[in-house]
Amino acid sequence: MTGATILIKTLIEQGVKDVFGYPGGNVVDIYDALFQSGGSLRHILTAHEQGAAHAADGYARATGKTGVVIATSGPGATNLVTGIATAMLDSVPMVAITGNVPTDLIGKDSFQEINITGVTMPITKHNYFVTDVAELADTVREAFRIAKSGRPGPVLIDIPRDVQRAECDYEAAAPVEAFSQRKAKQQEIDLAAKLIQKSKKPYLYIGGGAAGSEMTEQIKAFAEKTDAYIGCSLMGLSAFPSNYERFLGMEGMHGHFASSMANNAADLIIGIGVRFSDRATGNVEKYARDAKIIQLDADLAEINKNVAVDVGIIGDMADALERIAAKCKARQLPAWGKQIAAFRQQQAQMEQAAQQSAGDMAPQKLMQIINRLKTDDTIIATDVGQHQMWAAQNITLAKPHHFITSGGLGTMGYGLGAAMGASIATGEKALLITGDGSFGMNLNELATAVTYGIPVVIVLLNNGVLGMVRQWQGLFFEGRYAATELERKTDFVKLAEAFGAKAGRAETAAAFEALLQEAMAGDSPFVIEALIDKEEIVLPMFAPQASVDEIITEDPRGERK
Amino acid sequence: MRFVLSVYVENKYGVLARVSGLFMRRGFNINSLTVDETDDAAFSRITITLNGDENDKNQLINQLKKLHNVKVVRELHPETSIERELMLIKIQNSPNNRSELMQACDIFRAKIIDYSTETLCAEVTGETSKLDAFVEIMKPLGIVEMCRTGIVALERTHYISEELD
Repeated sequence: MTGATILIKTLIEQGVKDVFGYPGGNVVDIYDALFQSGGSLRHILTAHEQGAAHAADGYARATGKTGVVIATSGPGATNLVTGIATAMLDSVPMVAITGNVPTDLIGKDSFQEINITGVTMPITKHNYFVTDVAELADTVREAFRIAKSGRPGPVLIDIPRDVQRAECDYEAAAPVEAFSQRKAKQQEIDLAAKLIQKSKKPYLYIGGGAAGSEMTEQIKAFAEKTDAYIGCSLMGLSAFPSNYERFLGMEGMHGHFASSMANNAADLIIGIGVRFSDRATGNVEKYARDAKIIQLDADLAEINKNVAVDVGIIGDMADALERIAAKCKARQLPAWGKQIAAFRQQQAQMEQAAQQSAGDMAPQKLMQIINRLKTDDTIIATDVGQHQMWAAQNITLAKPHHFITSGGLGTMGYGLGAAMGASIATGEKALLITGDGSFGMNLNELATAVTYGIPVVIVLLNNGVLGMVRQWQGLFFEGRYAATELERKTDFVKLAEAFGAKAGRAETAAAFEALLQEAMAGDSPFVIEALIDKEEIVLPMFAPQASVDEIITEDPRGERK
Repeated sequence: MRFVLSVYVENKYGVLARVSGLFMRRGFNINSLTVDETDDAAFSRITITLNGDENDKNQLINQLKKLHNVKVVRELHPETSIERELMLIKIQNSPNNRSELMQACDIFRAKIIDYSTETLCAEVTGETSKLDAFVEIMKPLGIVEMCRTGIVALERTHYISEELD
């Protein structure tokens, strides 16, 4: 059997149902094997390899399963780079398979030759250049194992064409299990429990690592027992239902006021599956000055990387939390509850004030309409920019894996591919919230959504500017809007229709609601262009490297219009 | 502070690039790196010296441990390990400096391995400080060019391969 056939058989054996990709000269054998495999592996042909990588990423985020993408050598492989890096920064399990020129042409700058293992070394957990067909099946298995073990991430396998064509025996194997994780030492558990018992203002800071590890119920029970409150990073956002009483939302640069303030006021921060990113902490010198920090993480290098912690527990987070909880007595901290209630009250007042001065098409109002019309099963995806933060602040979520967004890398153009991947993985409708800047980057994937009839509803907030950068320019660069005023003449409705999607434009909230109703009732790609004011900014905010004390809650430009 | 790390790696495609790439992208400043096969051809040993604080060192160790081909990372402490470095140093050879040169080589137990009318090449091994001292003495005599291996080191009583899973 050829290497290409072995590859396809190994993917099927590992439980892969769908792959995203784009053919080319050095993967033609793989595609031939796929063609001949009898349809047990579905292939989704995207418009561009980047879209395929983001789709595999969205597929993985929506299910926890490893996403798979195939691309040819050279430009096919380099087009995956942003998608792989996006998955790396957000710890998403992915296996990327690339073809390469035959071994005897390697290193000669042959047509479409790129050393993609070299290129992707810093943005993969591991990668392989397969030179022997006899090692191919085990390499694929090991790649899946690495991708999903510990802190998940992308793995790339580069297969030269002669290896794809070489003959070898194949023996089926069972799907691989993740590597077992280190269990915390009792001493670490005792120390953590002691700090928790001593604390009067405990705050749980939850990240993507906990969201992906299905720890929601466990963390809730822990918070209830120790009377702690919960905040999260952008990546942790869908770990808790928005209406859960102890959940304060996202903290950080554009986080919820109550969550950021609670973090700042806490005397103990328990980070679970978070890496204390600069967007969440602001200035680390001023971060949590009065608090002890306990950090639980799957990745040993995260402990003490960004902030110094008092107790760092590496390995199996669920096991560690269970053992810590067993050592903690149930208790109540009414003073802390009061303080939290006050933060919430302040946040509610701010939101109310903003609501009163908000125009008909204020993004917050559009988000409320989306909340009313979506279901708990609708998967929300976003691109990157102001719309992403408005979504993070305002969209109500009910289930884990239902908010799909590029957090670490902040990849504009991520959303459409990811939304398609998530919808294909779950069979649910995906609702993409995007902006005109981000959407412009990978809108070619509308062709894919239409071809495969993927039910993606696209809410395109069009303000005609690159709003997030423009917001910085307005606040910190005296309104010098360098290269952020787009002045494009794109007609997004016609554009969507040209791709074969349904589309409509909303200039009023009522029109938006009607269009969204129509889109949610249907089963095909639907683009809703919502025209919003370019002066809308994301608040609250603290400036890069500022501290929570310097939070900006009101538009410093004063009343507009 | 100067630290010495001994890194036991699988002898596989790209492993040195993975390790050295890690230093670059994480902003670690290393002084030297040596690598070669061990007694078991399946493994190589990389010896790294770096300057930094305790936190830098721990970060580097932890980041190294995350690499799939890295099997063991050990910090070597001077009191429990032995380290050596080798240097080839080519010095101007003239009647004026020849006797001083020979004396210094003798004292430092440097071996003269090449001799011509213009230059003389010495091989020196020892700890880094010894090699540094030799370079200082040779400077006024006229160093033509030189090459150092960076240190190799072993622990006196601990065997790194015993830590393999």
